[in-house]
Formats: sequence, structure tokens, C-alpha cells
Amino acid sequence: MSFLEIRKVYRFFGGLAAIKDVSFELRQGEILGLIGPNGAGKTTMFNVVNGFYHPSRGEVLFKGKKISGSKPHQICQQGIARTFQVVKPLQRMSVLDNVVASAFLRAKDKRQAGEMALESLHFTGLYNDRDVISRGLPLGKRKRLEIARALATLPEVLLLDESFAGLNPAELDDSVDIIRRIRDKGITIMIIEHHMRVIMAISDRIVVLNYGEKIAEGTPLDIRGNPLVVEAYLGETPRA
Amino acid sequence: MQSCGVAMATSSVKSFYILHFSLVVFYGCVMNKYFPYIALALLALVPLLGLNSYLMHILILVVMWSVIGMAWNLLSGYCGQVSFGHAAFFGVGAYTSGMLYTKFGISGWWGLPASIVVVTLFALVIGYICLRLRGPYFALATLSIGVILKIVAENLVSVTGGDLGIMIRERSWVEKTWYYYIILAIAALSFVLVKKIIGSKLGYYFVAIREDQDAAESLGINTTLYKTIALCLSAVITGFAGAFYTNYMGYIDPKVVFALHDISIIAIMVVMVGGVATFSGPIVGAIIMVVLAEAIRSIPLLGNAHHTFFGILLIVIIIFLPNGIVGDFSKLQKLLGLPKRAS
Repeated sequence: MSFLEIRKVYRFFGGLAAIKDVSFELRQGEILGLIGPNGAGKTTMFNVVNGFYHPSRGEVLFKGKKISGSKPHQICQQGIARTFQVVKPLQRMSVLDNVVASAFLRAKDKRQAGEMALESLHFTGLYNDRDVISRGLPLGKRKRLEIARALATLPEVLLLDESFAGLNPAELDDSVDIIRRIRDKGITIMIIEHHMRVIMAISDRIVVLNYGEKIAEGTPLDIRGNPLVVEAYLGETPRA
Repeated sequence: MQSCGVAMATSSVKSFYILHFSLVVFYGCVMNKYFPYIALALLALVPLLGLNSYLMHILILVVMWSVIGMAWNLLSGYCGQVSFGHAAFFGVGAYTSGMLYTKFGISGWWGLPASIVVVTLFALVIGYICLRLRGPYFALATLSIGVILKIVAENLVSVTGGDLGIMIRERSWVEKTWYYYIILAIAALSFVLVKKIIGSKLGYYFVAIREDQDAAESLGINTTLYKTIALCLSAVITGFAGAFYTNYMGYIDPKVVFALHDISIIAIMVVMVGGVATFSGPIVGAIIMVVLAEAIRSIPLLGNAHHTFFGILLIVIIIFLPNGIVGDFSKLQKLLGLPKRAS
């Protein structure tokens, strides 16, 4: 039984197939990179796994149980948390309250929720910003707040949607470090990323999407040398 | 001449300091956690002053409106689901009380407990229909529900008595004192309830839903469930005020209790003026709105146009104090040229 399995998933928007017959699996404890050019269907894939979209065909299985068709909050309850590419902080709440709100999912009471939230903020290095109203946070920290909030739901799987985009090199190193430490906690990670250097460095395996279809899957080394991937990113190579 | 000027200057400085001092004291008290208890004790002593029945009436209306404001604030201020149809819940509560009297011949006061059941069921139906809509669409749906209920109540003559309304012939008391204590107790309970809720998991969830429904959903919050809870709580408190209204006024008809302009919109105004998503905002707003309504109505000729004044007031509030008087208290001090609180 695989841990998280995406099985022959299609997702149509009107006549457009955003995802076409994609199957792959996420193994427990690994970091899986999901890459592809703009519009390849990466975020749609996340939305299908997370429950915002239901697959038009096919299904998603988590620990052998079908989760596609459930609502996002039910999927989160089962242990799959996510972050958003376009960050969605709860703007008029403090950073701490943002995380407390999500910690309530597993906490017995307010005191425990507060403790879990503080732990999560320590982990992501946001502890000193805990009283800031989250609207006022710079982008780098908002991206980390997304991670802190997702972690406070004590997930088994974490879906990270471009948590590195728009960060400066120092913030980038911090975030890479955070993600490694999340994996060390035993949380399985699926990550969408455009930063090739980062994704090649941290991923155990990579799945490549292009125009909604899976064109490659393998270790970073395999992917780097795969002509289909190079073509998808750099355009068609002239044939002699 | 000169000494007179100096005397005037010193006296104005003195009054200025007194004003400043009292503001500081007031602010200190507001921050003080015992302030609500002190305020409640003082309010409980008010009937001993022997105010005339008109002033008692105004006081009762102020307290009733702060209850409705607190209810609206729970759903729309904290949970972000803006309702333009709270008259629906007010009216259902009021008619529950009235119909228990006309149809079953029991005291209208039974309407208070009965309205909890009736209004909850009603809110569940409304929630099932309307809460799948978001933002302005939800507001429009609630607006229409208030209007629909008014038309229904006007035309279901055999059930509601139609436009003739319902008259409660045996009034419980001639004096207003007991009515005042009853609505004060309801207000105190509502205040404590709202405060407890907002400090708990429910409160965090409500605010999370207000700030971003998709984010809330992906954090494992069952947004449909919690929005329904917010709606039911808000509706029940509003319906309670409605049931009280029937017993207090002794007469209701659809035009009064399902009124869009006199109930639904005023509920919004009370909270907007006082302060959205603040504990004391609805109380401050209720004082201002009730007193203002009475004051404007007493102006000859212009009195009938009091809704125009409310409209202008709302525009001014939105431009200068978007968070209301309580929410933007420091901004208000600055606008009025008062010194800032000593810190």
C-alpha cells in the first residue's frame, strides 16, 4: 500500500484539461519535488490533493483510503496540510493568533493550542514576530507563516506551494533549512518550486509536469539529464 | 480687563485638564477588566433614580439595541458574514412570543424560551440556503429574506393576523422597571456569551473564516459548520430581543418587526458606529443611535427625514472612523483635537 497515491487523475476546466492522466506516488518520509513550466498544472494538482478541486476522473488515495471527493477541512483532519503560493495570512490577526487558529484542530483547549502555536513559531523562526499583525509582515516571513500554520495542524504530509518564490538568498537558505528540519521530524513533503538549484538540492525524487501531463519522474540526476524536461523548459531543440 | 482674561484662561485650562483627566480615567476603566461589572451594577441602580417613563423607555431601547448589535456583531463583525436581514430573526422571535399569546393563550413571556427553539430551526434553514453564498451575495440573500418574511407575515392573515398585527391585552406591568431589568439581564448574558465565545476556539475560527475562508478551510476548519453556528447564535440572541419587544411594547405588526430600515439597517448602523468586532462597540453604538433617532425625530419638519441623517452619519463614519468609535478611539481623539492618552 502506498502512502499517498495519485491515480490516473484528470481535471477539466470546461474544455481545457488542466491535468491529464497523471499518476504518481508519494513515499513516506521523502521530499518530492513537483516542477514544470508555468501553467503545467502543479497548483491544480495541489488543489486536487488538498480537496479544493475534485478530480474529474481518477482518484487520490491516502494510506489506502480514498480522499478525493472530501472537503479540504476533512483532508486536513486526516493529516495533509498545505501552504498557498499566493500567501493567505489571516490579515487582521496577529502572527500568533494565526497559528493558534490552526493549532485548535488537534489541541484539546486554548492553553494547549497556544503551546503548539508557540512551538511551531519557534520552529519556523517567527517567535519574535508573534505579536505582529500579519498584514504587516514582509513576504519572506508571510511565506514562513504559511508553513508555521500548516505545521500547527500536525500533518503527516505537507504540500508546499512555491514557498521560496520571491525570497532573497538569505531567506532562501533559512527556508531550505526549515524544510530539511520538517522532513527530519518525519513529515513527508511534496513541494512545488521554480528554483532549480533548491529543488535539485533538497528533493529525493522529482515529478515533472508539462501541459497537464507527467513527462518525467525520477531522481534529480535523472531529471537533469532528461531531454523531454530540457525541451519543456528551454523549448524544442533544433533537430539536425 | 486683563485679569478677567487671565481668569477665563485659567478656568478654561482647568476645565481642559478636568476633561483630560476624566478621559484618562474613563479610558483606564475601559481597559480595566472589572469595568463591565461596575457598569452593570450602576445600570442596575438606574431605576432608583426615579426617571420618568419616557427616559426609561429610551434606556430600555438602548439596552435592547445593544443586544441586537452584539448579535449582529457576532455573525457579521467577527465571522465576517454581513447580514442585511436581521429583522427576519427579530421578527420571528417577536411573532413566536405574540402567537403563543394569541394561538395558545399563554403569557407572551414564554416566547423567550420558545424563541430559542423556533429561531434556531429558522436560522438552520436560512443558513442552509444562504451560507453557501459568500460576501455581498450572502448580504443580498439575507436582505431578501427579511423582505420575504415581512410579505409572508402580512399575507398569512390566519396565522399572524396580517397587517392588524398582534396586541397583547394583559400587560405584565405598567411601570417600566421590570422590563428594564429583564432586558438588562438579557444584555448582560449576551455580553458574557459573546465574550466567552470570542475568547474560545469558536472565536478564533470565526475570525479565521472572516479573514480568509479558503485558508480557514485548508487549516481544517469546517467553514460551513462554523458559519452555521455563528448564524444560529446571532439569530437566537436577536430573536430573544424580538420576543422581549413583543412583551414590552404589547403590540407588533409585520411593518414594525420585519422592517428593513428600522431593524435590519439600524442593527448594522449600531455596530458600524460603535465599532465592528469590538465588545463595547454595540453598546456605544446603541446609545448614539437611539438618542440620535429620538433627537432628530423631535426636530419639526426634518424629523421625518431621520433616515437621511443616518445615511449621512454612516458615510461620515465610513470615511473618518471605519472601525467605529470604539475601534478608532485614538483617531477620534485626534480628530476632535483632544490630547492623546498619557502613556
